[in-house]
Amino acid sequence: MSAAHIPEFPVRSASVVLAQSNIDTDQIIPARFLSTTERKGLGRFAFNDWRWRDDGSANPDFAFNQAHNNGRAVLLAGRNFGCGSSREHAPWALRDLGLQVVVSSEIADIFRNNALKNGVLPVVLPEAVVQDLMTRPDDVLTFDIVARELRTPDGTVHAFPLEAFARTCLLEGVDEMGFLLARGADIQTYEDTHHAR
Amino acid sequence: MTARPPRTLFDKLWDAHIVTPESDAAPAVLYIDLHLIHEVTSPQAFTELRARGLVPRRPDRTKATMDHSTPTLPAGPDGRLPYASDASEKQVDTLARNCAQFGIELFDMSSDQRGIVHVIAPEQGFTLPGMTIVCGDSHTSTHGAFGALAFGIGTSEVGNVLATQCLLQRRPKTMSITVDGPLAPGVGAKDVTLHAIGVIGVNGGTGHVIEYRGSTIEAMDMEQRMTLCNMSIEAGARAGMVAPDDTTFAWIARTPRGPKGAEFDAAVARWRELRTDDGARFDTEVRIDAADIRPTLTWGTHPGTAIGVDVPVPAATDAAEQKGQDYMRVVAGQSLTGMPVDVVFVGSCTNGRLRDMREVAEVLRGRHVSAGVRMLVVPGSEIVKREAEAEGIDVIVREAGAEWREPGCSMCIAMNGDLVASGQLAVSTSNRNFEGRQGPGARTLLASPTTAAWAAVRGVVADPRELFDDRREVA
Ligand code: SF4
Repeated sequence: MSAAHIPEFPVRSASVVLAQSNIDTDQIIPARFLSTTERKGLGRFAFNDWRWRDDGSANPDFAFNQAHNNGRAVLLAGRNFGCGSSREHAPWALRDLGLQVVVSSEIADIFRNNALKNGVLPVVLPEAVVQDLMTRPDDVLTFDIVARELRTPDGTVHAFPLEAFARTCLLEGVDEMGFLLARGADIQTYEDTHHAR
Repeated sequence: MTARPPRTLFDKLWDAHIVTPESDAAPAVLYIDLHLIHEVTSPQAFTELRARGLVPRRPDRTKATMDHSTPTLPAGPDGRLPYASDASEKQVDTLARNCAQFGIELFDMSSDQRGIVHVIAPEQGFTLPGMTIVCGDSHTSTHGAFGALAFGIGTSEVGNVLATQCLLQRRPKTMSITVDGPLAPGVGAKDVTLHAIGVIGVNGGTGHVIEYRGSTIEAMDMEQRMTLCNMSIEAGARAGMVAPDDTTFAWIARTPRGPKGAEFDAAVARWRELRTDDGARFDTEVRIDAADIRPTLTWGTHPGTAIGVDVPVPAATDAAEQKGQDYMRVVAGQSLTGMPVDVVFVGSCTNGRLRDMREVAEVLRGRHVSAGVRMLVVPGSEIVKREAEAEGIDVIVREAGAEWREPGCSMCIAMNGDLVASGQLAVSTSNRNFEGRQGPGARTLLASPTTAAWAAVRGVVADPRELFDDRREVA
């Protein structure tokens, strides 16, 4: 919501793949790490129970622990990513982990909203396209939010939906609270005409 | 009168709360009548408010409670509450300080009306038909049971509502789920909602607001309707709702803080208009025959994996489902009945109300929890707890060998120290069976209070219809 959350677009990055469908917010950040009053520093808890073994060591089979995935800013995820809770800690944790784009064939509503407010671009593409991208995770993908398209190294272009307001917010850092505060007179009029209900 | 096109209940609620309409360039500005906050998702919003030098626009339309991180055991001999961690206690204290500073009514740990946010707002009469209601919590959909448009928001949006009492929203799509016919004995609202999620899928409601309709829904009491609407988010829906009727008005008439006298009568006259007009269309329409609904449980790691208690676990259709079956240690073709149970949890905003406590007591009366099963019964609020105790339910629960706890979210989210150990199988009346939701490695079967209590008695997952079957000898 403030300028600090706005990533640089376009994003150019290879991808990390989590092919599983229905990755829920309890996997993205388990509830026991929500006892915080801060937004910062949640990246180490991202995917905690998949990423770390009981003894605290890294699970070598988990994508985010594999050296070749270091520094990648794009997550390719199975269908219905981000279902579950409204915790904004989920995109806070992903952003802190270095992710700027999440691609899936379906992204849950509240997660999507929360992601957009934190400079994480939710990209919905057809399942077949996502599956195809998952076979080539080392390709450097370009996410151009001005054109609302994803370009692959072989020149293929996939348009993705991104509503105009969200795009403006991502590009220019328009903050929603500021936008709403500027509607103060309209809000006052509404309150005056729709008295106590 | 000029004819206007027929509108759904959702359309009426949406239209009545538009401050500025949506355009291609910007979403609608939607006015929020009631904002509920709790300790977990609000601290960063207050920080943002302070950083901008703002104060809440309508503290009178904001109500706060503490529920997620709070202990369900009473204070120790030193008078201190047994918080799971210093961080939890700090989070609770932070909420108290924020509410004190900004003049927000708070149901704190000393309040005799505190409880889970989605239990206490309807109980107090804060939740009313026709309202827009939001909370930094996905199960805000519960309040839709009263004919309100109620949905969960993130912490940035909590900040937006505190600052402006408004949200930026795109109009969602609408879905009707019509359920007709009587429910069989042993089948309740939880089974209806699990069945419905099984039918439309864990993402079947994405982008939609669901209106539940039909004779089955009309016959439900408010507590059942809340259970139903509560789980809407588990199908991915933004919100769930039921049109208000005499059942709704009778509930509100009994609340301490709802409108009274002439104000109540005038409100009821308005609320009667809150129905979907004949001929109004939904973007998606689903029909369910109540006769098809059995006692329903989940076998996997999301609520869409719902099956009738006597139905074999289906074959996994993809790698994620296979992973879910492996995690749950179930195999295709097996029955859930007979699986040994370690923990039974009754509570949460889904099934932590008086009716749920009564259903559990009905099963536990004169019976005992099976050896080796740990059963926790956690009322959703102080009021639920008192009313249940007035009926002797706490005694029945304790005599059966189960624990009767203080109100809170408890094992639903396992943030307060109440958790299921790794590998243990829990039958839970809560709403999410995600991996690790009830504790790292915990395996969760979602079920109704009756099914859960019967599993506690039998020590294994069992068909609660046994309780209603005169021809069968029961334990
Ligand atoms: S009971 Fe569970 S679902 Fe309900 S508000 Fe508490 S944590 Fe959330």
